[in-house]
Amino acid sequence: MLHVLLIIFLITLFYLAIANRMTTYINLLALQGVLLFLVAFMQLSHINTVNLVLILLETIVFKSIAVPVFLRRVLKRNHITREAEPFVPNFVSLIITTLIVIITIILSNSMQENNLDKIFFVVALSTLFTGLYFIASRRKIITHVMGYLIIENGVFALSLAVGNEMPMLVNLGIMLDIFASVLILGIFLNKIGDVFKDIDVNQLTNLKDF
Amino acid sequence: MIIPYLIGSVGISLGLFLNRNKTVNYILIWLFVFLQSAFSVYVGFHYNDTEATYFTFDALGLIMLFTATLIIIPAAIHSYIYIEESEEKTPKTRATYFGAFALLVMAVSAAFLANHIAVVWIFTEITTLSASALIYHHRNKLALEGTWKYVFICAVSITFVFIGILFLSLSLPKAAADDLSYKSLIQHHLLLNTSWLQLAFLFIFTGFTAKIGLFPMFTAGIDAKDKAPGPAAALLSSIIMCMGFVGIFRFYTVIANTPLMRWASLVVGIAAFLSIFIAAVYMIKVKNIKRMMAYSSVEHMGLVMLGLAAGGIGYYAAILHLVLHSLVKSSLFFQYNQLYRVYKNKSIYQLGNYFKYNTTGAIVLLLAFISVTAMPPSGMFVSEFMIFRSLFQSNQLALLIVVLLLLTIIIWAFAKNIFKILFIPVVDFDESNVPKISPWRSVSQFLLIGGAAYLGLNPPMIFVDLIQNSIRLLPH
Repeated sequence: MLHVLLIIFLITLFYLAIANRMTTYINLLALQGVLLFLVAFMQLSHINTVNLVLILLETIVFKSIAVPVFLRRVLKRNHITREAEPFVPNFVSLIITTLIVIITIILSNSMQENNLDKIFFVVALSTLFTGLYFIASRRKIITHVMGYLIIENGVFALSLAVGNEMPMLVNLGIMLDIFASVLILGIFLNKIGDVFKDIDVNQLTNLKDF
Repeated sequence: MIIPYLIGSVGISLGLFLNRNKTVNYILIWLFVFLQSAFSVYVGFHYNDTEATYFTFDALGLIMLFTATLIIIPAAIHSYIYIEESEEKTPKTRATYFGAFALLVMAVSAAFLANHIAVVWIFTEITTLSASALIYHHRNKLALEGTWKYVFICAVSITFVFIGILFLSLSLPKAAADDLSYKSLIQHHLLLNTSWLQLAFLFIFTGFTAKIGLFPMFTAGIDAKDKAPGPAAALLSSIIMCMGFVGIFRFYTVIANTPLMRWASLVVGIAAFLSIFIAAVYMIKVKNIKRMMAYSSVEHMGLVMLGLAAGGIGYYAAILHLVLHSLVKSSLFFQYNQLYRVYKNKSIYQLGNYFKYNTTGAIVLLLAFISVTAMPPSGMFVSEFMIFRSLFQSNQLALLIVVLLLLTIIIWAFAKNIFKILFIPVVDFDESNVPKISPWRSVSQFLLIGGAAYLGLNPPMIFVDLIQNSIRLLPH
């Protein structure tokens, strides 16, 4: 069951690669939050209850409710167009995502003496690289933020893999989540939305060397 | 004492954020400077103690903490001058600036002393937060762009460090599976799983390059130093870079004791060489004096890392070079504010004949230029020479020649611009509005540059001992 959930998580990455509309991205991020909630619930059987409740609350309340709601509000408030307008065609994105997954599978097979469930490793690393690719291939600042949130989800999945031995690391992951999201989403996306009329990275090219 | 220090600094910082009264603000910031100095002295007297489990006052931490304290005293003075003379000052921007200033220095000091990689990581996060408040000081479109880039890249790199920590925890043997302190890592160095350790090193190194200002994440720091006020940029190019170095160095010490030593030094060496190369390329075409100084920092961090990768005398030289660079580069950024007050511009085309308008400042600029390009008799000449020697001794002759060529290009580009600023008059520059700048404002810069020369040419025994102690765990 755990593996099924993780594979669904991996499939969301492929969907992200071919999706066109901003709302789809937001829904997928919320879905990833729910999946992480379920994974955390099943995986972390050995840690104390208070900590588990904290982790579960973070995944369900923060990742799958608060952040998507906030992103939707930003979309509305700044009148961002519904299309994602990627630099590359969706088909190419799909191929690149597939390549990323294949490379991480090869990498995971080359790791000797595995004390980690391989599928966690594959899911986490491919999410990380897909997130980076997502940032590089999309035009809007809000999609950059979404790419960052995808990376966070991947990292969170990886921290769940070692969560039983080191609950401290999962808590640090939560701290990273909340810190970065509040800093990036809360302060700057709001500010940038107010200052720059159309949120496009092409507007952020005024800092030059000469 | 570390816990009272942390609580006290956070308290002062919060007090600064919340209180908008001018007198209270300045009392609080001086209280903080006093607290920081008192804490440094305390750490000096409790050398090698461990406090609150996660903080050890070791040699490297001590050197870095003293460097930071030496820099923040003039930084506080220059911040005061900067804020008071700034045209757009409001109680809110002043309070935010000083609050972020105190928080940044606290986080950096704690990161220097932390003996646990996760604790270093937490304080690195706090520096991103506080540095972003400093960069956004002017609250205009360009500052927002710089802040956004800095925050975003630092957030990504901090995530990289976190992934590295996760991989590191996987490389540990089951017996020590919950202890990520550097001491325990070095103790178990033979049991660490090398393939996980390799991944961990790649991610942690890449993550910290955003703070130290190396390839590949150096861009964030350049934009940040361009947009931050001068004294804040001085902090960004000195103590934050030291923090990035400490983060990399402590983990490098662990990995250098494993069979991965050669591989790790190769990774560090490649990043270092590319940083110098990039710095050379950008220095030729950059026309913004502040960005030029920032690229020069990238070059020096590349040299520091080259020393670390070469080993031998390079270890010693790396730490010496880092300390001297912090002193000199911060004085250059302090001086920048006087330059800006004279010309109201930072494009090199609009700067010139500085000797005529501010003689003392021009002398500082000249001395800082000599120091930063490592010409004798400056202190950095000594450390840079030792780095070259370490490259020579490790049989990297081809690399050494290329690096020397790149440094020549950098010196040429730097000299061309600095001498234009010092001597060549600008066409139709309006002289009537040039303010008179008191020579007293340059005293701290003279002291820092002089101190760097002293530490380089005639290092006191205690300083040498501390550096030797901090590299003691590296294989020679």
